[in-house]
Amino acid sequence: MTAETGIGARVKRKEDQRFLTGTGRYVDDLPLARATYAYFLRSPHAHAKIKSIDVSAAKAMPGVVDIFTGKDIADAKVGGLICGWVVKDKHGEPHKAPPHPVMALDTVRYVGDTVAMIVANTHDEAKDAAEAIKVDYDVKPANVDLARALDKGAPEVHAAEAPGNLIYDWEIGVKADVDAAFAKAAHVTKIDIVNNRLIPNAMEPRAAAAEYDKGTGNYTLWSTSQNPHVLRLILSAFVLGIPEHKLRVIAPDVGGGFGSKIFCYNEETMVTWAASRVGRPIKWTAERSESFMTDAHGRDHVTHAELALDKDGKFLALKVETIANMGAYLSTFSTAVPTYLYATLLAGQYTTPVIYANVKAALTHTAPVDAYRGAGRPEATFVIESIVSKAAKELKMDTADLRRKNFIPKEAFPYQTPVALQYDSGNYPPIIDEAIKIADYKGFEGRRAEAKSRGKLRGIGFSSYIEACGLAPSQVIGQLGGGVGQWESAQLKFNPTGNVQILTGAHSHGQSHETTFAQLISDKLGVPFENIEVVHGDTATTPFGMGSYGSRSLAVGGSAIMKAADKIIAKGRRIAAHLMEADVADIEFENGTFKVKGTDKNVPLAQAVFAAYVPHNYPLHELEPGMDENAFYDPANFVYPAGTQICEVEIDPDTGVVEVVNHTAVDDFGNIINPMIVEGQVHGGIVQGVGQALLENAVYDKETGQLVSGSYMDYTMPRADDVPSFKLGYKVTPCPHNPLGVKGCGEAGAIAAPAAVMNAVHDALAPLGVTHVPMPATPLSVWQTIQGAQRKAAE
Amino acid sequence: MYDFAYHRPKSLSEAVGLLKGKDEARPMSGGMTLIPTLKQRLARPSDVVDLGGVKELAGIKVEGNNVVIGGMTRHAEVATSADVKNAIPALAYLAGHIGDPQVRNRGTMGGSVANNDPAADYPAAVVALNATVTTNTGKHAADSFFKGLFETALGEGELITSISFPKAEKAAYIKFPNPASRYAMVGVFVAKTASGVRVAVTGAGPCVFRVKAMEDALSKNFSSAAIKDIKIPADGLNSDIHGSAEYRAHLVGVMARRAVDAANK
Amino acid sequence: MTISVAMTVNGKSVSGKVEARTLLVQFLREHLGMTGTHVGCDTSQCGACVVHVDGKSIKSCTMLAVQAEGAKVTTIEGLAASADKLHPMQEAFRDNHALQCGFCTPGMVMSAIDMVKRHNYQLDEATVRRELEGNLCRCTGYHNIVKAILAAAPAMKSAGV
Repeated sequence: MTAETGIGARVKRKEDQRFLTGTGRYVDDLPLARATYAYFLRSPHAHAKIKSIDVSAAKAMPGVVDIFTGKDIADAKVGGLICGWVVKDKHGEPHKAPPHPVMALDTVRYVGDTVAMIVANTHDEAKDAAEAIKVDYDVKPANVDLARALDKGAPEVHAAEAPGNLIYDWEIGVKADVDAAFAKAAHVTKIDIVNNRLIPNAMEPRAAAAEYDKGTGNYTLWSTSQNPHVLRLILSAFVLGIPEHKLRVIAPDVGGGFGSKIFCYNEETMVTWAASRVGRPIKWTAERSESFMTDAHGRDHVTHAELALDKDGKFLALKVETIANMGAYLSTFSTAVPTYLYATLLAGQYTTPVIYANVKAALTHTAPVDAYRGAGRPEATFVIESIVSKAAKELKMDTADLRRKNFIPKEAFPYQTPVALQYDSGNYPPIIDEAIKIADYKGFEGRRAEAKSRGKLRGIGFSSYIEACGLAPSQVIGQLGGGVGQWESAQLKFNPTGNVQILTGAHSHGQSHETTFAQLISDKLGVPFENIEVVHGDTATTPFGMGSYGSRSLAVGGSAIMKAADKIIAKGRRIAAHLMEADVADIEFENGTFKVKGTDKNVPLAQAVFAAYVPHNYPLHELEPGMDENAFYDPANFVYPAGTQICEVEIDPDTGVVEVVNHTAVDDFGNIINPMIVEGQVHGGIVQGVGQALLENAVYDKETGQLVSGSYMDYTMPRADDVPSFKLGYKVTPCPHNPLGVKGCGEAGAIAAPAAVMNAVHDALAPLGVTHVPMPATPLSVWQTIQGAQRKAAE
Repeated sequence: MYDFAYHRPKSLSEAVGLLKGKDEARPMSGGMTLIPTLKQRLARPSDVVDLGGVKELAGIKVEGNNVVIGGMTRHAEVATSADVKNAIPALAYLAGHIGDPQVRNRGTMGGSVANNDPAADYPAAVVALNATVTTNTGKHAADSFFKGLFETALGEGELITSISFPKAEKAAYIKFPNPASRYAMVGVFVAKTASGVRVAVTGAGPCVFRVKAMEDALSKNFSSAAIKDIKIPADGLNSDIHGSAEYRAHLVGVMARRAVDAANK
Repeated sequence: MTISVAMTVNGKSVSGKVEARTLLVQFLREHLGMTGTHVGCDTSQCGACVVHVDGKSIKSCTMLAVQAEGAKVTTIEGLAASADKLHPMQEAFRDNHALQCGFCTPGMVMSAIDMVKRHNYQLDEATVRRELEGNLCRCTGYHNIVKAILAAAPAMKSAGV
């Protein structure tokens, strides 16, 4: 009955009907009667003192309802935004925590910092009025160059709370052990890399709408959030003080997140706060240019790394020094990204026995930086896979052979790395072998020669990644300073007629939960797929949950659903036993039906459900009526997807243009529920990775702190003709500690791809003597690199 | 955007009358530049005179040795016109590579040429083909039409009615798009017409310009080998995060050679 | 300046009073409540707002509502013959998992239909990719969108749409 809709089936998505017919409901689509519209006046300066703000002329403009500034917020004693993860520095001291006001009070710290909120009858009127606000700024020097942000004399972002712009100086690993290993090394490979800054660019801009019900005192906030419960918790407990039960947060259809919609932002806070003051609903939707300026950005590291190898190419030790950009304020999970989500992954797929990493987090006069698809793990993979490929070149070894030589062997799992994590499962050699086969690695030199005959430089690059996702065991997160639990919730609510709602605390903003989660229940309980509805995104209807990020929805949220399903089965067995006058121990459940072992007596689940709601013949003395079970699942460990990507590029040496001509990805995601959906996640991830490697770069002017790449005119978003179609493959080692045996698939593509692409670029340019190409390898940057190599060769 | 008074004249004379009567009136043809500019509040016209209803401005005709294209002719029409493809395939190719399909369905030749965006494609064709720009008040030779950054010879209330392109013996346009905006970072139109060889460059500088050295070399020998050693000075060229002046100067050479090769095919 | 405007949207006559500065997409979303057409950028590049005006795909964020006076406009809401009879392009998007978050989808589908017709139902991968220049997607990596459009072209031809 359920094979076509169960686990492993390529089931078409439930959500597609509405998205394909224009009947999805995103925040900006909400029809709110008597709505007003908010517009935010933003700082045009990277760093300035606000000497005065005069809103009087603006208040008199047509359609203006009210205007709020930092002073109004301070007077109302609204709390600041919080950073939810306390990272302790190498001396055990908690990180510096400068205030993050919802609206700037006397200082603006990046271009786009919020200065005033105008509420008017229309968006245009609000914008008209914003132009009439007079702000007198005393412009100060800005600090936007990460490499120099910690230098003595760099302009300070929060001088009092974070002197010298240092948020923390953190380390992991034993430096002395690493130094000792380096002393014995036969070869040391060194790299200096910049992990470029990215702007997430979910296609739906951030939006918020809020309404206050004077009669009940209840607030409703519709927000483009990946985690509505956590947003409510933060707003209630730390920022607005509205009791949790008086604030309902709804994240309806959300048009992509990629991390940027995890965080609690100024605008949604302000809109909620002001809704009760204005007495009418308030809507705000970011213009794309606002998204560029104010969505939390991603990556932005400057790193020096060294790898020690013995004479046979075995890795002896890895040493990494990183400066990570935090931006002007600490966003919700910013502190954890370059530490626990980065340095703990530096073992990669390898047996490197000792690793030391030092991370300094720096403030700059730029937008806050936080988790973006992969969050820390792409940065780690880029460091490891860049240095391993470079080492292979220096040692004249085959790049795949060097990897194989150092892979953690299958027998070694569970494997304890020197950087805290214990990998639960994996088998890496078959993955790289499969990737090599699909990519026809053996035929590469022939293709390189053929490309050369056309005047093109062809290169091939590998990236063997590991990631820790499925966030996460709550106690581990707590020990590391995380401020929340990381379990997930599920509720299975059967209706008397036998159909079922899955209420989940996870949130889908493209991940297809409505389909995948329904497949789980169709498979496990035998309920027809069309009789299953997944409900998510509303704090009033779904159990408290942690939302979706860190490739956690299936591994953690799916596991919670399975736990709840077990409870349904357990209760159903007792009902069925009663109905069939059999012993509970003799009741089996199979294909949606309870059977008495060894007989043909049976009760379908739907009948047991009906009996539970119409309990006329029902063991009421020992069982409650109803069929509605919930579960909370806290994982025992992270999950560890791993894989190898192989990228082939062709470079036009006359123009510097890099074309990705082949890209292969072989992944181990554990068991796969819906291959169609998993492939889609990998495709999208790869393109974000290719985007980072070749196209995307958030550039601030080093003098003025203006965001130069502030629109699609200057920020290069990957388009369809920037990428090829992809070749994918799978290997499966089931996760041993969750009931589904699944690992996460949402971030893998973006984690592995940048190194694969950049290694291919380096390989293509190696014949010219090039050893370093900065990322992104834009045409300009590649051309300049080639020019530099030619000048050097001529000297 | 700021609000404005909107007019939709039916004839050229009505359009000119509307423009002349107002201080801050702006004509709008396809609106592909004007509307984004208004949305960003970078312009505040009192009146917008939409030329979309002026039928006499649209259309493509072959007149003797020339292809005459009305000012309101959309890029998509130029790209797919049998007459243009037949007479000057390079011009059809250029039109088919402006912006994206949706822009080509709205944007017009007259609008693009009148706006003279330094990264627009059409100015290169107008100059390289030595076209004549006809307006409601007279005619402009290509060389004296484009004056500088967003500046042309058009006067107050003067509208482009048509542009007349002489047929080319050989012609090609090759552009290097800005990776982000896809506007021309460097676009080179090479043409060999009855009046000689012309090489026009858009995107690289503040305004379309000709490369005399290449024209001289190609007049003697119309092959990419003839211009391979000609270096373009970087002085005065545009520079931004996607391309330094030096890179643009280099690309002018590469695109010119590719254009000559394409023209010879 | 307030102007009356009238046009046909998905086969129905509609009219309204708008400011001159009202964009076609605002008229559709805010005046008609047809929120299937989306706005994803402010520089006319993302293509989430693509609709058909008199049979041609255009960006409704870069056209004034008054410019559509008298025009026939088709939006994503007007494609399917009925809830269970989608347009072949919509079907192909579903069959090929060519959408994830769904935000770029309306514009993608509208551009794709126009593309297939302009190329007389004959497309190859390179053409599809080039023709998608005006539509951005952040979720799918385009792979399945390209696949869907290539699959839809013959389906549209045989369905006669």
